[in-house]
Amino acid sequence: MNQTVLKATDLSRDYEVGGGLFSKPGIVRAVADVSFEVQAGKTLAVVGESGCGKSTLARLVTMIEAPTGGSFTLAGTEVTPEKWSDLRTDIQIVFQDPYGSLNLRQRVGQILEEPLKINRPEIGAKERREKAREMMRLVGLREEYIDRYPHMFSGGQRQRIAVGRALMLEPKLLVLDEPVSALDLSIQSQILNLLLDLQERLDLAYLFISHDLSVVRHVADDVAVMYLGRMVEKGSKDDVFTAPRHPYTRALLSATPKADPRAERGRIRLSGELPSPLNVPPGCPFAPRCWKAEDKCRRDRPRLDGGPQPVACHFPEAPQPGAAGRAEPATA
Amino acid sequence: MSLLNVRNLSVTFQTGGGLLRAVDGVDVSVEPGEILAIVGESGSGKSVSMLAVMGLLPWTAGITADEMSFDGQDLRSMSARARRRIIGKDISMIFQEPMSSLNPCFTVGMQIREALRQHTDLDRKGRHARCIELFEMVGIPDPERRLGAFPHQLSGGMNQRAMIAMAIACRPRLLIADEPTTALDVTIQAQILDLLTGLQKETGMGLILITHDMGVVAETAERVAVQYAGQKVEEQQVAQLFETPHHPYTAALLAALPERATERRLPTIPGVVPGLHDRPEGCLFSPRCKFADERCRTVPPPVQPPAIGLARCHYPLAVPAGEETA
Repeated sequence: MNQTVLKATDLSRDYEVGGGLFSKPGIVRAVADVSFEVQAGKTLAVVGESGCGKSTLARLVTMIEAPTGGSFTLAGTEVTPEKWSDLRTDIQIVFQDPYGSLNLRQRVGQILEEPLKINRPEIGAKERREKAREMMRLVGLREEYIDRYPHMFSGGQRQRIAVGRALMLEPKLLVLDEPVSALDLSIQSQILNLLLDLQERLDLAYLFISHDLSVVRHVADDVAVMYLGRMVEKGSKDDVFTAPRHPYTRALLSATPKADPRAERGRIRLSGELPSPLNVPPGCPFAPRCWKAEDKCRRDRPRLDGGPQPVACHFPEAPQPGAAGRAEPATA
Repeated sequence: MSLLNVRNLSVTFQTGGGLLRAVDGVDVSVEPGEILAIVGESGSGKSVSMLAVMGLLPWTAGITADEMSFDGQDLRSMSARARRRIIGKDISMIFQEPMSSLNPCFTVGMQIREALRQHTDLDRKGRHARCIELFEMVGIPDPERRLGAFPHQLSGGMNQRAMIAMAIACRPRLLIADEPTTALDVTIQAQILDLLTGLQKETGMGLILITHDMGVVAETAERVAVQYAGQKVEEQQVAQLFETPHHPYTAALLAALPERATERRLPTIPGVVPGLHDRPEGCLFSPRCKFADERCRTVPPPVQPPAIGLARCHYPLAVPAGEETA
């Protein structure tokens, strides 16, 4: 069973920034020509550093904002702003910070019932309460807590409430925007297990946005790497983690600390920082920090090529794992 | 002789709900040229204990310790004036959020020069030259121009570098880094950690790294202290800690790491860190520990000998053959 829930084609979002009375506004391409698919019961992880456009992507997919270019379909239906209100129930989102994303003045029961109240007015109050109770059981909260306020819960429990609220409308796709990065390590594993359980039970598709590669490696089926609003590499989790083809992916993987003091360290030292998104270099956006960059990289912007593990690079790594003799960067 | 020696440090706060023990009988010692990591979850008291050493806690905090000495000088009995001569010069600290710990009203250059003016006898020109030298050391390109920048004009990574430059300005002998990379991206994190360990090797200073990230610990620390709910529960050399944790909490924490997972479901630690009102009588970890029995719940555990990682546990794990438990 390989049912495509979400399919995005060349999705883009530009923002106008600055601009005064006499100066022209600049244009930031927060997301540029991004294409991907998410299957039911599968997890696509989007990774990248801050400013790479992964949260903007989440806002486009959840229909909080309209894309300025490209399109996406949800279970085969083309998504346009006129259809938003009907389609929104199929995509729900869980935010990073469970302290900020819950209304402190609402009881848990109200928080969970609100999506139903708005989108399924035909459901009566009694049935709604029953559904809220059921959801609390599903996400591992005690039913007695239904009349408590969010401040009475710990961070992990609040994140369970946030997940429960997102699931009230029985969505097909859940966008998880850094769902565990605000949580302590011992709580993080509980939430990850919950998400895996729910995915199996409800055949949910996840768009998992994270900067933590060790978490992504654990939960994802497919991985997309973004840099400055552009997708630079895409592939199955095993391929991307064992045989990254884009230099940026390699650098990102090597920079992630491994929890093993005896592990060999071949850290790739990137010089410089992310260029300003207002002023993306004309060629490959990664060229200023790349150790392999040549004149061609600074001139022509590489496109995402085809194949099972597409990569946007003029000089990608060989796709076989552990290939010896490739151009080695300066390792630290 | 240890550079920093703290024995039985406790910090309490009077809160509306009663007396809160943020730090409970913690020992810390650092040798010159050593990297000690203090790990723990939020609320484990790792930052508060270091703030107590720095003397940066508000007056409402009740600080008691059997010993708190830096390089043989007793930090508890010295005058505030004498202490200020040490703090910021011989001991300095890097804070977690560079954006909120720098003063937004002054250029970063001014803020670094302030430390130099307080603690060194360099003249104006000398201070400026030292600032440029520092910015080059921490890898900020074009230092002359960046010294005149305000914190909001620099990125997070650049600000953190400016903070590090400020902390090492007076050549400290002990540097305390409180989550120096938590707010930063991984590629920048790697740069900052390399920078810190490089500086530490070069100058031979002691480094205390406070973090919650086990990956960062594994890659940078030499010795690791694990804290839980204000107490130190274990202390070992880094390789040994990751191989044979003796305290059940350390073991559970390591098992919960996604990258160590062997199955799709991660091992979890049930429950949450005890708060003000549900502080257990015996071992603080007993409500969440899968090995806990009646003794754990009623009798506070002893600290085991160094061969068992100073584990604060009645039943430490993986006790080497021939070792007596306390």
